[in-house]
Amino acid sequence: MAIRKVCGVETEYGIVLRGGGESNPIAASSMLINAYVSSLRQKVGWDFEDESPGNDARGFSVDGAMPPEVETHLVNAVLTNGARYYVDHAHPEISTPECSDAREVVVWDKAAEQILIASMAAASTLLPEGQEILVHKNNSDGKGNSYGCHENYLMDRSVPFGRIVHGIMPFFVTRQLFAGAGKVGCEAPGVSSTDVPFQMSQRADFFEEEVGLETTLKRPIVNTRDEPHCDAQKYRRLHVILGDANLSEISTFLKVGTTALVLAMIEDDELPRDLSLVAPVQTLRRVSWDIGLSELLELTDGSRMTALDVQWQYFDYAKKYAEARGLEAVGESVGREVLSRWEAVLTGLETDVMSLATQLDWVAKYRMFTGYRERHGLSWDDTRMRALDLQFHDLRPDKSLYERLGVERLVSPAEVEAAMTEPPTTTRAYFRGKCLQRWASAIVAANWDSLVFDVGGDPLRRVPMMEPLRGTAAHVDALLEQCTSPAELLERLGA
Amino acid sequence: MAEREQKKKPAPQRQDDEAVEDAPATSEKGEKIKAELDDLLDEIDSVLEESAEEFVRSYVQKGGE
Repeated sequence: MAIRKVCGVETEYGIVLRGGGESNPIAASSMLINAYVSSLRQKVGWDFEDESPGNDARGFSVDGAMPPEVETHLVNAVLTNGARYYVDHAHPEISTPECSDAREVVVWDKAAEQILIASMAAASTLLPEGQEILVHKNNSDGKGNSYGCHENYLMDRSVPFGRIVHGIMPFFVTRQLFAGAGKVGCEAPGVSSTDVPFQMSQRADFFEEEVGLETTLKRPIVNTRDEPHCDAQKYRRLHVILGDANLSEISTFLKVGTTALVLAMIEDDELPRDLSLVAPVQTLRRVSWDIGLSELLELTDGSRMTALDVQWQYFDYAKKYAEARGLEAVGESVGREVLSRWEAVLTGLETDVMSLATQLDWVAKYRMFTGYRERHGLSWDDTRMRALDLQFHDLRPDKSLYERLGVERLVSPAEVEAAMTEPPTTTRAYFRGKCLQRWASAIVAANWDSLVFDVGGDPLRRVPMMEPLRGTAAHVDALLEQCTSPAELLERLGA
Repeated sequence: MAEREQKKKPAPQRQDDEAVEDAPATSEKGEKIKAELDDLLDEIDSVLEESAEEFVRSYVQKGGE
């Protein structure tokens, strides 16, 4: 029986320091995170011991350049909602806490955006006049550089990795139909933006391999990183680097929800037909470039079908799977909503793509950009179109083009705001978040799979958290309520 | 695949090389969509960053994962 698809999303954001002279994105990212963490300390009034040594957000010199003594030690904070906020490869990155279903991922992913927005506001109170940090939720700078939005899914270790690759590859190649964030132009070698003025996915051009360990070059569609951050005998964490960063909640919901469902089917060996593609890497790009959705893909069994047909096939299997096995692995009611929205979106793509302009990122973008192009008589390769493609993803609420589109929401602003500081109740993120809320000053290190306490006098005490589904509210609320100190907690846990 | 064949309707007409140009809104909602779009485009013009050339030129990121 498929195990619960505990899941999460980690997003590398684009960052720009304006008016600051020479670009130093590591320093800007560090400053951004430190400004946010400092602002929390002031709000909550606790003595939060900085997870990020060294960088005092106030240490700016008047001429606007980043002070040379800013440490290159990379900032790494763990937040009370169980998320991790850190500098990775010169980008600010937030990894959501562990979630038990796709809807929770939407909530905590949108909360991550709000955290970045609050960080920009905190940074602006500290930056000299005329300087500003801008953050974009995108994957491409249009100059050949790409950065990721990764997903993670908990799987049963006993499933052979080959079966996962086989079953997920055609799904990964085609899910951009609803998960693509859209992009002006093309950066694949040998293909010009005249050939491909607009495409479905921000990331497709940057993938070169089918299966592999790399993440920054020769990117593979299926990544083989094996760092479960939990019991490695029982579990695998499938690390997915393929996806675009999504602003549309429905795109995120479907991206994560359908993937979790397909992985559950793979675990239960319920994909009857081999849908393997002849050339997955080339096909990934061709699907992205084919916004008319008409191109026929070649399968290894000799048949040809459209990307939409491939998705319909997965959907049909998922429906049968739900009837035969139930949807507990992805959450029963969330799973039903995933199926229902998946079907609606595939139907929309089949009959009237533009009807999805209020649901899917790439369609919303396409509609807006086409309208703008026609109004101003611009060609697709006009610089203004690229400017739109950046500003679409600008997280400043007064500047974001996405925010003006009236794209349908799944979750409420109140839920999202709460999730900036509150963890999910359904995974070990709850224990992590609640301990940080109550006893941050006693926690010297917080990782995915442990908390390390310093209760004074004793050696440091490590509380292992090797089970992603233990440490939930149901498991630990009563205990946390009763304990008046971290020492008492440790005693009760027998740590 | 039999069930799927029955439900499938023909995809909208698109030629490969004109894929980008030929993406019509449905005729029924066409007018309403156009009006909403016009308002949206007005708003975009008012919030667009001033120098598109400069912003695009200066926007560069380090490669990430």
